[in-house]
Amino acid sequence: MVRAVSSIIGVPKESLPSEQRVGATPESVKKLAQRGLVVHVQQGAGQAAGYSDQSYVEAGATIVDSVWNYDTIYKVRPPTLDEVASLKEGAFVVSLMQPERNGGLLDALKAKKATALALERIPRVTRAQKMDVLSSQANLAGYRAVVEAAAHLQGFMGQQVTAAGSTPPAKVLIIGAGVAGLAAVGAARALGAQVRAFDTRAAAREQVESLGAQFLEVKVQESGEGTGGYAKVMSPEFIAAEMALFKAQAKEVDVIITTALVPGTKAPTLVPRDVVEALKPGSVIVDMAAEQGGNCELTRPGEVVVHNGVKILGFVDLASRMAATSSRFFAMNLVHLTGELGTGDTLSIPLENDVVRPALLLHQGEVLPPLPAKEPSPAPVVAHVPPPDAKPAQTNVNAPNRNAWGSTVGGLVLIGALFGLGRFAPSDFLQHSTVFVLACFIGWQVVWSVTPALHTPLMSVTNAISGIIIVGGLLQVGDGVDLPSVLGVLAVFFATINIAGGFLVTERMLKMFQRGDSAPSSSGGHR
Amino acid sequence: MNGVLVVAYLSAGVLFIRSLAGLSRQDTATRGNELGMVGMAVAVAVAMVTWILGAHDPTASELHLRGVGLAMLGGAIGVGFFIGAGLARRVEMTGMPELVAVLHSFVGLAAVLVGFSSYLHPHGVSSDEVARVVHEVEVWIGVAVGAITFTGSIIAWGKLKGSISGKPLLLPGRHGLNFLVATAIIGAAVPFVQGGAPNGVWLLVGMTVLASLLGIHLVMAIGGADMPVVVSLLNSYSGWAAAAAGFMLSNDLLIVTGALVGSSGTILSIIMCRAMNRSILSVVFGGFGTGDAKPSSASAAITGEVREMKADEVAEALMQARQVIIVPGYGMAVSRAQSAVNELTRSLKERGVTVRFAIHPVAGRLPGHMNVLLAEAGVHYDIVLEMEHINGDFPQTDVVLVIGANDIVNPGALTDPSSSIYGMPVLECWKSKLTVVLKRGMAAGYAGVENPLFTLEGTRMLFGDAKKSIDALVTAVRK
Repeated sequence: MVRAVSSIIGVPKESLPSEQRVGATPESVKKLAQRGLVVHVQQGAGQAAGYSDQSYVEAGATIVDSVWNYDTIYKVRPPTLDEVASLKEGAFVVSLMQPERNGGLLDALKAKKATALALERIPRVTRAQKMDVLSSQANLAGYRAVVEAAAHLQGFMGQQVTAAGSTPPAKVLIIGAGVAGLAAVGAARALGAQVRAFDTRAAAREQVESLGAQFLEVKVQESGEGTGGYAKVMSPEFIAAEMALFKAQAKEVDVIITTALVPGTKAPTLVPRDVVEALKPGSVIVDMAAEQGGNCELTRPGEVVVHNGVKILGFVDLASRMAATSSRFFAMNLVHLTGELGTGDTLSIPLENDVVRPALLLHQGEVLPPLPAKEPSPAPVVAHVPPPDAKPAQTNVNAPNRNAWGSTVGGLVLIGALFGLGRFAPSDFLQHSTVFVLACFIGWQVVWSVTPALHTPLMSVTNAISGIIIVGGLLQVGDGVDLPSVLGVLAVFFATINIAGGFLVTERMLKMFQRGDSAPSSSGGHR
Repeated sequence: MNGVLVVAYLSAGVLFIRSLAGLSRQDTATRGNELGMVGMAVAVAVAMVTWILGAHDPTASELHLRGVGLAMLGGAIGVGFFIGAGLARRVEMTGMPELVAVLHSFVGLAAVLVGFSSYLHPHGVSSDEVARVVHEVEVWIGVAVGAITFTGSIIAWGKLKGSISGKPLLLPGRHGLNFLVATAIIGAAVPFVQGGAPNGVWLLVGMTVLASLLGIHLVMAIGGADMPVVVSLLNSYSGWAAAAAGFMLSNDLLIVTGALVGSSGTILSIIMCRAMNRSILSVVFGGFGTGDAKPSSASAAITGEVREMKADEVAEALMQARQVIIVPGYGMAVSRAQSAVNELTRSLKERGVTVRFAIHPVAGRLPGHMNVLLAEAGVHYDIVLEMEHINGDFPQTDVVLVIGANDIVNPGALTDPSSSIYGMPVLECWKSKLTVVLKRGMAAGYAGVENPLFTLEGTRMLFGDAKKSIDALVTAVRK
């Protein structure tokens, strides 16, 4: 069922004092106007983010005193209870809702028979990425967390070598490599810090490493892959190992940035008091989960706590501190979301839509039953399409196996035939055969361990060694210049070419093989 | 005297074994080679002393003739050493396969010569009838293996040099022909042994000719792409030839050394075969290069579109990348691009890009060929990785440069059962974000199979001579 709502969108000024963002920008107003939607912006709504009323007017919006009597409201933060009180009956509100942390909000909205679209509940599927405010804001917040850490750190982030002294790069530990964590990794790396990151999800490893940071791991094997790209809650053994790791890391690092959230519950405590105390004085902790209770035991939301000289930043407005850009991204997310809400100059609510439906907290004051569940998959990493992986079993080409023994057996059949001969042969021959077979086995054992890179040198050395036939030629040279002697001398001649050529060329080759860290390098000075 | 001789031979044998063991790792390889040299010096010295002391009856009056023998030997060793050292010093690393092949042929030739000599003038063989028969059978086998090694290696040499066409020569009924010749060689052993030395010398000559023809035919039937296998197989043949000589001369050192070399070559052949998903038997009997199977042109037809990329765009992509893997193939050797590749590697490294090399076991024309070329150019061996170690890393790689390689990066080997290389392990470069293939044109690789890699969405082609293309990349990166 699709319900049509009005075509005017109201954008109020955020009421939370620390919130500087706004739900629409002149840019988004223009985009919405293109499909015939009209935006009314409350006076001064964009002020804190650097968007003047004038700029909204120029983009086609109308400035009004209040928008709470409108049919449709786009905003950033969850509406306060006061705001809901002035809401029109049956209105449509799009914003972050977080009803689990905003007691009474759900009931108040229900009482108004409101339709509430909770932005944080938009499923994290590929199609909805462009509407995902959590990602767009986390990205900004991750960057800002590093900038704040740098501002509070009493030293450089990057390495400095100056005439007045040198400092090593700051060591930054980032816990949780989601969107915010990865943004923090990138920002910290860009400032020149030495970065290590931890995450319970295996998929995070390659993302962390692709940004040039070290990925830390614990010995306990457990996948932290939850649904929707979030991590799940881990087992006690894993958590214990994790804690030990953090404590060990705390002795080394200068900055810890924590980003660990588990949806729907309080953030896990990953940096308890003793880890804080293990840090050097002057170190900085940025707790990006402060609003959800904090990853650090000592975090106080919105405040800077100093404990034993360690600063613990519990800012809850990291994205808001870059309000111009974060508002732009937020507003564009809303524009993309609007693309799902009907067409033309009226908004409507598609109840069957797989992006909108899960995010609908209330529909006309009613909680809707969920759609038949389709497991949402986290957004895949962009890569080109590989051919199907239906590969035939690959053998390890460099290890002896039964097949190899099969061909040894084949070789030994020949030797067996010689043994048949040996029944009539003199003991001399039997003795030679013994030597031969034993030597085959030794050769077999020795050569399998040769690394493939050395196959060419191996071949030229064995080639030189097979020049041992020189001995045969030598022994055939007799008393006089007769045919057997001449043949023997010729054999010696050819075998010598072989010996000299083989050994010397091997020597030449081996000299060329050099290891990176021991060889003089023309690039010079690295490390 | 005899005791000293045995101990000396034993120590030479031990030195050879330690030499091969030393070659198993980079850091001990040089020492391994030196041990081999020492072993050889000990063996030759002991043989010389034996020869001077023991080969002659002290009562013989013809002392001057021994002098003649000594002069001949000295001359042969001196000149041979000079020629061998000269070859070793002058050879280009790209010409390594040819040198190895031609050296194999010398061992084969020496085995034939020793065989004849031993037949005409048996040493240390008792006059006992059984001993004589055994000795003559040994001579027969030794000469046959030697002759096959000799001519086979010459043909392999010609093919590697390009003076003989790399295309397999497929005579009608060639398997029957091989069988016939082999039967003739074995069958003729009977009248040879019955005749008794030296009456059978012409039979021996005839057999040598037959075996030589067999060697020629076996290798002629093998395509250029399968040369790594052929070269390592001939390596093992040369070992068996030496071992056979040891049997006929009752010399344990020859037997031990020959067996070592023989099994080493066999193992290399097995590794090569496995890397190409072929059976060792089909190699031994030749003509497997294109096989009897009809090329499956219909199913492998390329449908997609080939996307080109210019050198400066490729350079841009390389500079943006964090992880780069270079896959070298024979084409890099042909255009002698390895030094330019090293330049590129260094330039990218200076910009903080991680560059590694992925080596397929059959890349090039010799086992380990690419490693040698890269080492020659100064690429450090710790960034040169084997297929097994690097194949899992392609998904995390931003750019893969495929330089003159084709079959070893063919995804069809994993997905297309009708492909003649189906089942052969390949470097899975298409799993990276971008694959750039440096290639002269759209020709198929040696296996003659179309490569679907070239039309995949993430693949770009950079056409032109590999050396020139890499030079252009280096210039663009340095800018």
